[in-house]
Amino acid sequence: MFACIHAPGVSLLECARDFSPLVEETAPGTVVLDIEGLAHLLGSAQELAEAIARRVSELGLRANVAVASNPDAAIHAALGFQGISVIPPGSEAEWLGRLPVEVLSPPLEIAETLARWGIRTFREFAVLPEAGISERLGQEGVRLQRLARGAGCRPLVPANPLPAYEQAMELEYPVALLAPLSFILARLLSQLCGDLESRGLATHELRLKLQLEEGSEHTRALRLPFPMRDSRTFLKLLQLDLDSHPPQGPVVGVSLSAQPVNPRVIQDGLFVPLAPEPQKLELTLARIAKVVGENNLGAPELLDTHRPDAFRLSRIRLQPGPAAKRQYLHLALRRFRPPLEAQVEAPSGRPARIQARGVRGSVRSLAGPWRSSGDWWTPDAWARDDWDVALGNGALYRIYLDRLKGGWFVEGSYD
Amino acid sequence: MSSPAVLKANLESALGSRFAAPLTFRPRPALEFVSTGIPEVDSLAGGLPRGAITEIFGPASSGRTSLLVSMVAAATARQEACALVDASDTFDPGSARAAGVALERLLWIRCDGNPEHALQAADLIIQGGGFGLVTLDLGDIPPRIAGRIPLSSWYRFQRAIENTPTALVVLEQAPWAKSCAALILETKQEGVAWSGAPGCSRLLRGVRLEVTPRKPARSAHAALEVKALG
Repeated sequence: MFACIHAPGVSLLECARDFSPLVEETAPGTVVLDIEGLAHLLGSAQELAEAIARRVSELGLRANVAVASNPDAAIHAALGFQGISVIPPGSEAEWLGRLPVEVLSPPLEIAETLARWGIRTFREFAVLPEAGISERLGQEGVRLQRLARGAGCRPLVPANPLPAYEQAMELEYPVALLAPLSFILARLLSQLCGDLESRGLATHELRLKLQLEEGSEHTRALRLPFPMRDSRTFLKLLQLDLDSHPPQGPVVGVSLSAQPVNPRVIQDGLFVPLAPEPQKLELTLARIAKVVGENNLGAPELLDTHRPDAFRLSRIRLQPGPAAKRQYLHLALRRFRPPLEAQVEAPSGRPARIQARGVRGSVRSLAGPWRSSGDWWTPDAWARDDWDVALGNGALYRIYLDRLKGGWFVEGSYD
Repeated sequence: MSSPAVLKANLESALGSRFAAPLTFRPRPALEFVSTGIPEVDSLAGGLPRGAITEIFGPASSGRTSLLVSMVAAATARQEACALVDASDTFDPGSARAAGVALERLLWIRCDGNPEHALQAADLIIQGGGFGLVTLDLGDIPPRIAGRIPLSSWYRFQRAIENTPTALVVLEQAPWAKSCAALILETKQEGVAWSGAPGCSRLLRGVRLEVTPRKPARSAHAALEVKALG
């Protein structure tokens, strides 16, 4: 048996869930719930419908409540009849027969056809020959006629709330070391990944909340470039992250939550270019970040500016991209970061001798100056004269005169 | 008295559960070579060996980095993932882009002048696997420091990339991996090309350099002209 509650424009899901876990919201303000077996708890169908109506009125709402043997009959009864309607099994066609066909919400074309035929009610529609309906109105007409007879047989599609993918544990004793904490994390991750796997989901964001003994919280978030659900990989990533960012005191509570998303689906081919396995790469990057710092690795990305050495680091791309342009053997620059301060003798405005850390000698040949400037509208303005110089020992450098600060610098060596 | 062959067979059957044919010589598989991106170097040295260490050494401004960047450009053109472990943080993404490197496929690890970090990072990258080309730039690490890298580190690298499709290229001022390297290239500057009269209109056109294979030793060398960025 199914019950339908209808109150236009109101969300009734929570109210319906007070009676049954199997609830479908067919439209805003219309919910159907499976009431099979509730007779033992709440009595007959009539008593159950009255209990539902009381619960709705406690919320300050007025709703129609209908009980029928199938969801569609219950919906149509709730949409068409005021108050409480309880349709005994087998008498759906008789009960619903009085309702106007508009309750079926037929498509415009079918509604116009039915109006031309003079069909006004469910009963008039239900008695028409099915073969003729199929011939003139198609399968949609046949379906609507079956609903008009109260003979719907579709299953309920429950609207389950998204479960919270969260695992938490309170500790009896404070944990001050990361090693024992790893065991707790492993257990929570195993449960969390099991939950995700059971629903065919993965996560691309994992949040760890550590309750510290002193009362504060230590929160870390792992953002992954693609969805994963491998608990061992998560554990290693969390361990590496906690090694780099340890909590500032003993831990008395651990909470882990995951943002559920659909897992990544890929089909590798025979001719896919060589690239690291993404999960393994994540671990490798986390391990390297622990050595060199997380801001010191990534794929360089040039910024859209004329400022020298303007770049940022982003994620390396593993998917095959567009074909690279033709390569050339170009003279590469090895940059000194930061540029080396230099003492430059420039008797006629042209560098003749350079002295900097690791760079010393007379200028044998040179080219320049190449004047450039930018960002003058910001506090971070720059203006410089660039020179390419070859020293007596054959080494080639790019040096520049900072026209704002007034000093010479060695920017790098050509190699 | 048993013959050596019988003794060997007995030993191998006794150890069979733990080691597969421990006393049988296994020939090392032939190295696979890929293009360095420079036809002259490919024809001279056969290309860049996969599963082996390649060393490029030479003094400053001898064209070592240009050679290395060209190798990275060739690897990214093959759509391979590449890693650059930059011990002294000297890599210039701008000139690399001009040389054809697909920067989005290059993992740049900046070690801020710490060669120990560079070795650790290179080790992690190699152990992680999957990269077509891993480069270790020790070009600005002074020889007195680079020379202290124990030979065992190079053997570790050699063993780690053996039988993998990864090529490890090390850039340095002098060859330090020595016997662990399958290919050693020396670069030497042969001159600088300028255009225009000595005056304000002068322009750096490029560098002429010479690349000589030191291992396997060849008497021939490749003369290259490396153009400066326009």
